[in-house]
Amino acid sequence: MSATAHAHVDDHAHDDHGHHHKETFVTKYIFSQDHKMIAKQYLITGVLVMGFIGIAMSLLFRMQLAWPGESFPIFETLLGKWAPGGVMDADIYLALVTMHGTIMVFFVLTAGLSGTFSNLLIPLQIGARDMASGFLNMVSFWLFFVSAVIMVISLFVEAGPAAAGWTIYPPLSALPMAQPGSGLGMTLWLSSMAIFIASSLLGSLNYIVTVINLRTKGMSMTRLPLTIWAFFVTAIIGVISFPVLLSAALLLIMDRSFGTSFFLSDIFIQGEVLHYQGGSPVLFEHLFWFLGHPEVYIVILPAMGLVSEIMATSARKPIFGYRAMIASILAIAFLSTIVWGHHMFISGMNPFLGSVFTFTTLLIAIPSAVKAFNWITTLWKGNLQLNPAMLFSIGFVSTFITGGLTGIVLGDSTLDINVHDTYFVIAHFHLVMGISALYGLFAGVYHWFPVMFEGKLLNKNLGYVHFWVTAICAYGVFFPMHFVGMAGVPRRYYENTAFPMFDELADIQVLMTVFAIIAGAAQLVFVANFIYSIFYGKVGPVNPWKSNTLEWTAEQKHVHGNWAGAIPEVHRWSYDYSKVDENGEYYIPGQDYIPQHIPLQENEEEMSH
Amino acid sequence: MTTLLTLAVLVLVAIAIWQLTKIFELSQLKTENHQIATDSDNKNNGYMLFAFLVFIYGITIFSFWKYSKFLLPEAGSAHGEEYDSLMLVSMVIIFIVQTLTQALLHYFGYKYSGKKGQKALFYADNDRLEFIWTIIPVIVLAGLILWGLYTWTTIMDVNDEDDPLIVELYAQQFNWTARYGGGDNVLGGSNVRMIDIDKANVLGLDESDTYAHDDVIVKELHLPVGRKVNFKMRSQDVLHSAYMPHFRAQMNCVPGMITEFSFTPIYTTEEMRSNPDVLDKVKRTNKIRAEKAASTGEALDPWEFDYILLCNKICGKSHYNMQMKIIVETEEEYNAWMKDQSTFAETVMKDDTAPAFNTVSSVSVGE
Repeated sequence: MSATAHAHVDDHAHDDHGHHHKETFVTKYIFSQDHKMIAKQYLITGVLVMGFIGIAMSLLFRMQLAWPGESFPIFETLLGKWAPGGVMDADIYLALVTMHGTIMVFFVLTAGLSGTFSNLLIPLQIGARDMASGFLNMVSFWLFFVSAVIMVISLFVEAGPAAAGWTIYPPLSALPMAQPGSGLGMTLWLSSMAIFIASSLLGSLNYIVTVINLRTKGMSMTRLPLTIWAFFVTAIIGVISFPVLLSAALLLIMDRSFGTSFFLSDIFIQGEVLHYQGGSPVLFEHLFWFLGHPEVYIVILPAMGLVSEIMATSARKPIFGYRAMIASILAIAFLSTIVWGHHMFISGMNPFLGSVFTFTTLLIAIPSAVKAFNWITTLWKGNLQLNPAMLFSIGFVSTFITGGLTGIVLGDSTLDINVHDTYFVIAHFHLVMGISALYGLFAGVYHWFPVMFEGKLLNKNLGYVHFWVTAICAYGVFFPMHFVGMAGVPRRYYENTAFPMFDELADIQVLMTVFAIIAGAAQLVFVANFIYSIFYGKVGPVNPWKSNTLEWTAEQKHVHGNWAGAIPEVHRWSYDYSKVDENGEYYIPGQDYIPQHIPLQENEEEMSH
Repeated sequence: MTTLLTLAVLVLVAIAIWQLTKIFELSQLKTENHQIATDSDNKNNGYMLFAFLVFIYGITIFSFWKYSKFLLPEAGSAHGEEYDSLMLVSMVIIFIVQTLTQALLHYFGYKYSGKKGQKALFYADNDRLEFIWTIIPVIVLAGLILWGLYTWTTIMDVNDEDDPLIVELYAQQFNWTARYGGGDNVLGGSNVRMIDIDKANVLGLDESDTYAHDDVIVKELHLPVGRKVNFKMRSQDVLHSAYMPHFRAQMNCVPGMITEFSFTPIYTTEEMRSNPDVLDKVKRTNKIRAEKAASTGEALDPWEFDYILLCNKICGKSHYNMQMKIIVETEEEYNAWMKDQSTFAETVMKDDTAPAFNTVSSVSVGE
C-alpha cells in the first residue's frame, strides 16, 4: 500500500464530508448503505430473529428427547398437525434438528456473527469512511434477508421443511419418497442457501477489498487489531469454500429436478427401481465438507478475533504474542481447507485418505493450542476489568478448550469409528464452535454496543446474570452429553426407547434438557436488555472501556463517514496497554492506555511486535 | 389462531421482562454511566470465576462418578482392545490438559481481577514460551497420530487372510438384512435392478449366478466366535451406517457401492452376558424398566444383553428404530444354526410357480 492510496482515501473523505444527501427513512433504516446500519440489520435479523427461532427449535426437540412420546400443549400450538395430541411426530423431529443446525450455523453464526462485526468494525477499526462498496454491502444484506425469509417460509410448507440433517446428504435429501421433507421443503432450503452463498460472497469480497485498500495512513498490516485479521482471513476462507457448496447445491438441484445422476446410483425405493446410475453420495460429502469444515472456522475465527481484542482491552495488557496470534490464524485458515475428510472417515472413502486427513486434522490442534495459551498468558498479571464482555471472552476460552480437546478423539480416524455420529460429536462441536462462537458474539455485542447505538451501554448486572446462567447451563448441557455419546447413543434419534441398553441414560437426557431450558430463558434476559438499552440505555463515556482502537475516536453520534473531521492517522499498534517507560511510569500520566492515533511519546520506542 | 395467541403471549412476556428490567433500573437510581465494571464488580466476578472453576471440576467428577458406568462394556472384538487403550490414553491426556488449562484460566481471572491503582504488566511476547507451547503439542500429537494411524491401517485392512467369513449387511429404510455366502462362502452377484418383490427376491440377487444359489439370507446376524468376519455393506435407498458399538465397528452403507469393514468377535453373547459390567448394567436397566412398567402400565419385558447393530446415519422417519440383533456363539452352535437356514435357491427360486422372470426384463424396468 502506497502513500498515494492513502492520500486518495483522505481526499475522498473530504469530498464526502459536508454535503450529505438528505436521508429518508428508507435510505437510513432499510436500504441503507452505511456499514453501521447494515451491521445492526445483520445483528437483528441474523442473531435476534433467526437465533430466537433456532434456539427455540432446539428446546422443542430437547423436550422430546427428555420425555419421549409425552404430550405437550406447546408442541401442538407450535407444530400444529405435526404434533397430533401434543405428541411430536418423528418426521418433524428430524426437521427441527435439521433447521436448528442450518439456522444456527449459517444464519446466526455465519451471517449474524461475521456479518455484524465485520461490517461494524472493519471500516471503524482500519480508519475508513465506509466499506469499499456500500452498494454491494447493501445488496449482500438484502440477499441474506431474502434467503432468511425463504428459509422461514420453508417451515410452513405442507410436507414440512427440509429434514435430512443440516448436511443434507443425498439420496435422503434428493428423493421426496424417502421422507416428506425432501419435497418442496428441500427445494426451498436449496434456493435459500444458493442466495445465502451469493450474499456471503459479496460480503466477503467487500471485506477483503476494504481491508486491503482502505486502511488509514500508518495502519500497516502488523498494526491491525486482531479482530480485523480474523475478519479478513475469515472472508478469504469464505471466498474459497462457499462456491464449492454452491456447486454441490446446484448439482443436487439437478439430480432432484432434472434427472441427472451426480450423487445417485442404484436406488430401489417404495417398490420401484429409480433410473439413477453412476453417481455417488460420497462425492456430495466431499463437496459439502469442502465448505462444511472451513465453515466451522468461518464461525469461530471472528469470535477469536473479538475475544482477543476484548481480552487485551479488559486485561489492560497487550495481547500476548501478537505475531503468533496472526500466524496461528493463518495456519488455522490454511489447515481448515485440507481437513474436511475427517467428517468422512467411515463414509466408505479409501482408508488411506482417512490417514491423510487424520494427520492434517490433528495438526490443527497446534495453532489452536498456541492461541489458547496466548489468551491465558494475556490474563496473567493483568488488571482485569470483568465487564460482561470480558466474562464472555474468558468463557469462550474455557469452552473452546473443553470442546477443542475432544477434537483429538474425533480427528483420530481410529477413535472416530465408534463415536462418529454419536452424541459425543454433538457435545464436541456445540462446545467448540456453537457455544464458543455464541460467547464471542455476546462478548462483541456487550463490548461494541456503544458503537452500534451511539454511546448507549447495555445494563451490566443483567449482563452478569446472562453470562453466569448461560455459562453454567452450557456445561450442564454439553459436559454430560459426552458420556451419552460414549455409551453409544446415535444422534438424530427421535427417541432412544427402542434400545433397552439406553434406558438408564434417560435421566441424563432430562438433566440436559432442564439445563437447556434454563439457558434458553437466560437468553431472554439478554434480549430484554438489548431492546431496553436501545431505547432507554444510558449514554456512557465516549471510550467506555478505555480502548486503543480507532472506533472509539469516531463520532459517538453516527455520521455517514464515521469521523466528522479528517480520518485519524495511526502511529502504533492497538495493544499499548499499561506500557511504561524505564521509570515504570505510564507514558501518558494517569492513563494506562495509548490509543493508536496518538503519536509516539518522547523517549518511547515502538514495540517491535 | 392458536399461533397468533402464542405470539401475543410471547410479546406480552417480552413486555413483562422489559418492565421488570425497568423497575430494576429505577431501583438503581443515581448510578448513571455506571454500566462499566467497578472494583466491586471485578472482585465479585473474580470470586465467581474461581467458583466456576470449582463447578467445572465438580461437574467433571460428578459425571465420572455417576455416568462412567454407563459407558460401553469391554470391547467384543479383537481390534477393540487396541481401540480402547488408544481412547484411554487420549482421554488421560485430554483430562490432564483440561484440568491444568482451566485452572490457569480461571485462577488468573480471579487472581488478577481489577483494582484501582493495580498496574498490569506490559508483557507482549516471549519466544521461548511460544516455542514451548508449540513444541509440546507437536510431540504429544505426533505420538497420538502415529499410534492412531498404525491402528487405523490395521483395522481398515480388509483382506482374505485367515479364511474370513463373508457376510453382507444390507440396509434399507428401516431394517437390516444379512446375507451369508453359504457353503462356498462367496456372495452371489446382486443389484437393485434385480429386486423382485413378487418373488421375494428383496436383495436383488442374480438368479443366474450359481454363487448366489447357496446364499443364506437372514434377519438375525449370527457370528462364530474367534473367526474373522468380512462385512460387505450395501444400501438400496439412502445412506445408512452399520454401527456395532460393542465391537467398536462402524461403516456407512452407500447406495451404488459396496463398503467394507472387518473384525473378529472374541466373546460369545453368553460370555458377554456374564461380564460383571454387563451384569450390573442389565440389573440396573431392568430395575428402571420394572419401575417404568409399574408407573405407566406399559408392558416392558425385562432386558437381556445382546450385541446390536444400529443405524447411525440419518435415514428418515424410523431411523431411530432400525436395528438388528447380533448373536455371537461357538463354532458348533453357529454351524448348527446355519444348517437350519434355507438357501436362496430353496426359499426364493423354488416357490416360483409363475414362469421365471428373467433378469434382463427386470433390468429394463429401470431403463
